[in-house]
Amino acid sequence: MTAETIIQSLASGLLMGLLYGLIAAGLALIFGLMDVVNFAHGEFLMIAMYATFFLFAFFAIDPLLAAPLVAAALFVFGAVVYLLVVRFAMRAKANAGMVQIFSTFGLAIVMRGLAQFFFTPDYRSVTNSWVGGKTISIAGIYLPEPQLIGAMLSIAAFVALYFFINRTDFGRALEATREDAGAVALVGIDKNRVFALGWGLGAALVGLAGAIMAIFFYIYPDVGASFALIAYVTVALGGFGSVFGAFAGGIIVGLVEATTAMILPPSLKSVGIYAVYLLVVFVRPRGLFGSL
Amino acid sequence: MDTHFAQRRRRDLIVAACLAAVAALVPLFVKDVYVQNIMVLTLMYAALSQSWNILSGYCGQISLGHALYFGLGAYTTALLFTKFGVLPWFGMLAGGAISAVIAMALGYPCFRLRGHYFVIATIVIAEIALLLIQNWDWAGAALGIDIPVRGDSWLKFQFARSKLPYFYFALALACIAWLVTWWLEDSKWGYWWRAVKDNPDAAESLGVVVFYSKMGAAAVSAFLVAVGGSFYAQFVSYIDPESVMGFQFSLLMALPAVLGGIGTLWGPVLGAVILIPLTELTRSFVGGSGRGVDLIVYGALIVAISLALPKGLVSVFGMLSGRKEAAR
Repeated sequence: MTAETIIQSLASGLLMGLLYGLIAAGLALIFGLMDVVNFAHGEFLMIAMYATFFLFAFFAIDPLLAAPLVAAALFVFGAVVYLLVVRFAMRAKANAGMVQIFSTFGLAIVMRGLAQFFFTPDYRSVTNSWVGGKTISIAGIYLPEPQLIGAMLSIAAFVALYFFINRTDFGRALEATREDAGAVALVGIDKNRVFALGWGLGAALVGLAGAIMAIFFYIYPDVGASFALIAYVTVALGGFGSVFGAFAGGIIVGLVEATTAMILPPSLKSVGIYAVYLLVVFVRPRGLFGSL
Repeated sequence: MDTHFAQRRRRDLIVAACLAAVAALVPLFVKDVYVQNIMVLTLMYAALSQSWNILSGYCGQISLGHALYFGLGAYTTALLFTKFGVLPWFGMLAGGAISAVIAMALGYPCFRLRGHYFVIATIVIAEIALLLIQNWDWAGAALGIDIPVRGDSWLKFQFARSKLPYFYFALALACIAWLVTWWLEDSKWGYWWRAVKDNPDAAESLGVVVFYSKMGAAAVSAFLVAVGGSFYAQFVSYIDPESVMGFQFSLLMALPAVLGGIGTLWGPVLGAVILIPLTELTRSFVGGSGRGVDLIVYGALIVAISLALPKGLVSVFGMLSGRKEAAR
């Protein structure tokens, strides 16, 4: 293995890692806001990918143009899921953690079933999009264009998220609700509205990721499952409660995955990610940047 | 209050004995193989969920990676039998013992983790084991193991002609898991576990050895689940990594306890008796289309029960409220 191929793999890993960070961002945001892990997160990604696919297939809208539309649609979807399901799960007086896990898990199964029902279990793919299958060469390293755009989008999304949380009224309301949901009611902030918007925003982020993923990955009803686990690990590695931990977590996961694929057979590449997660939390039980 | 609790425990035991006796008679009247198959699965899930409940319900350490122990039991038995001709009965004990030891070895670093960090650790450990087995050629890799039929006897634990012996073994397993839970509930372990679940720091300060409590719960739980896995391997006579060790299976194992009533004696039984036949029936009535209607019904059911009855189905029967009162 030459130095060139190593650099090539690590560069691809970095791009993929930034995309993992974008997939995990919404999960981290929702968890940070209300301590809920959304077990249907992978299915949010799945419907974003289908939405992109159908916009392309029926209206010939390129995934890059579809991305904002898909994000907007997912925003509405996320808010609706909060209002119809999660809001009630939050009210559980007993076993709150299990109720949240299993109500969102049940939702995930329903969504997979609906996808099978309406879209059939067939594998679909977006062919002949603007950047699909194309690569760009920078200093002798070939980078796949879809992943490169995804990575740049991810960086942009995290920068926007930073300003959003720290500089806008809604961001401050989000932070305040997270700190003390009871107290914010006293100053006239509607907790449910903030949570619904938080779910919308989290879903919109995964919508962006889904639109990019649709360019270079097969689309099928179970596609979310494999990415959901990586997203959980990414968030936990970065530390629950820290949205930017997900950014760092994503980069680490991408690089570790690429490194593992160089050493072990490709089918074992996830083993490296999982092992690194275990190593990190055994040494540091709250993840890299998590608050306890 | 103590006597009230003792009375309730005696009543539980009598009810369980009656239920077991009735269950044992059912196959004499129900000859349909399809229905018998559902009954075997129901009993198996009751046993598995009851065992999962010991660590996750009573001790509060939520594991979504118990498929690891189920798979270990299934694979140990199947490999010993197909490669070395070792009788499944020994395989079952070996699988249980290996699982218990591994559960403690994994618990050693993992039990320092809390909340979601612990849950995700259990998921990824099972996932690592799954990936390793999928790439282990000697153990059949992703294709799994076909267990050849070499007899029709209790000695070889293979029954080609009738499902009845499997039914009685599954019934025995469910009874054993229930009895172990019943017995532990009122032992010092049971009280330690509830203390660890409610408030580990307070428990530690009162002299409960939190770490060893968790280790004990993990070992018992893993042993019983592995025995279930051994049974499953013999019952279906074909195993593959994804179906016995996949993440989905970890969730399926937890579901009856969660929907029935987590951390309760009757929750897993009630959950399995309602959920498993319902799942199987939806699958055969509307699942045949391959269009996912069974998934929609099943998922909606999970959402509805977990939102409407956060304490589980047992709360409808008032079993839980009475027990909570008594246990305090």
